[in-house]
Amino acid sequence: MSTLVRNIVRFILFILVQVFVLNQIPPLHHLVVPYLYFLFILWLPFKTGRRTLLVLGFLLGFSLDAFTGTFGLHSAPCVVIAYLRPFLIKLLLPREEVEVNFREPSAWSLGVAPYLTYVTILTFVHHTILFFLQALQTGGLVYFLVKSLFSTAVSLLLVLLTELLFNRKQGLKVNLV
Amino acid sequence: MRNIIVFIRVYFTFFIFIFFLGLSLALLFRYNKYHNAVYSEAASEITGMLSTQYNNVAYYFELKRVNDSLVKANEALYNKLKADFEIADTAENAIIDALSVDSLNVFRKFLYREAKVVRNSVSQPNNYIIVHRGRNQGVRDEMGVIAPNGGVVGTVVQSSSNFSMIMSLLHSQSNVSGRLKKGGETGTVIWDGKHRNVLLLKDITKSARISQGDSVITSGFSYKFPEGLMLGTVIDIINDKSSSTYTVRIKPAVDFEDLQFVYLIENLQAAEPNELQKNIKNK
Repeated sequence: MSTLVRNIVRFILFILVQVFVLNQIPPLHHLVVPYLYFLFILWLPFKTGRRTLLVLGFLLGFSLDAFTGTFGLHSAPCVVIAYLRPFLIKLLLPREEVEVNFREPSAWSLGVAPYLTYVTILTFVHHTILFFLQALQTGGLVYFLVKSLFSTAVSLLLVLLTELLFNRKQGLKVNLV
Repeated sequence: MRNIIVFIRVYFTFFIFIFFLGLSLALLFRYNKYHNAVYSEAASEITGMLSTQYNNVAYYFELKRVNDSLVKANEALYNKLKADFEIADTAENAIIDALSVDSLNVFRKFLYREAKVVRNSVSQPNNYIIVHRGRNQGVRDEMGVIAPNGGVVGTVVQSSSNFSMIMSLLHSQSNVSGRLKKGGETGTVIWDGKHRNVLLLKDITKSARISQGDSVITSGFSYKFPEGLMLGTVIDIINDKSSSTYTVRIKPAVDFEDLQFVYLIENLQAAEPNELQKNIKNK
């Protein structure tokens, strides 16, 4: 499967899973709102341009917003994590070879600890901005902070499960030319 | 000039970032009221169609519960039939009301229309319900919505050709006038965005005698709902000593998670009082 087709399929699947599974399951607790769709941005290939990332981030958030009827609520955090992604990868990965040798960020390409840091930071940023925008309407600072923390924890668990379910183990890219 | 172009080129990505972030926030805060959803016709029709497909499957798992609720609703209606009442005492004159033969719908105030729920959420601080009935099928903004068991669900806020969006009671901007059935004290029912099983009834005078399990009903002050629809039952009172009023925690009468059908209520006599109100504002 080419990279383009794979990512289009992922985009659609992530939106559908978020809308029709995660948003539909009876809430575990009022502090826990699980999110998974933003993993699409985290899984985009290394060589995606920064501008493309921003456009894709906005599109992803906007698609989800179309379903929930809250335009802008999910697009804003998605754009922010799409903007932060390249900086974070640079920070965690000073060596250039990895970007050349591997297709996309994963526990295999980055190493377990840096990948975990990468996912945790972006998940937390996404959730914090999302719940902050919601808290602007409802209020309650402590409630918002606790909700961000708990939801991040549950989302991270979901990300871990997804990683274990879908083995994205990639071999080294071989120069075919 | 050249420097400006260089500056823009260097920070172009950052500008794109600011542009998209600004666009998102502008969309989000476009309106201060609950119309913050710029619910476009196309988006609503497409997502509505997908949701309908999904609901076709999910509906089967709820059939039992839906059936039970409809049987209960039928029972309540049967008990209101005229034939159920008979006066044994012939000295008492039964008053025949003109309304019983109102075939021209002259005196009708509220008209009910059923609608199928295709999408529902309870986990957000602002929850919307989407139903498969829109402008073409007679839905207008500001119509009241109730569940088959007679409990209040929310208010219609947007409608496209074939789908409508309902702001449920579980919405931070939801605001329904409620009344304690026993004492008659009125207040406002709102939601604080936290527990989906707890609504708040605000502004109840401290002279009110409230006990657990008391019914809270619609007051009839708003044009959206007829008087006496169930909003919920009292759980407990939040005693705020600094305030001169009580805030009462109530359990909603409707199970928002299991909604499959709702009734939209149209007030056929709302035009005149609305006109009056508008005139007062213009004076």
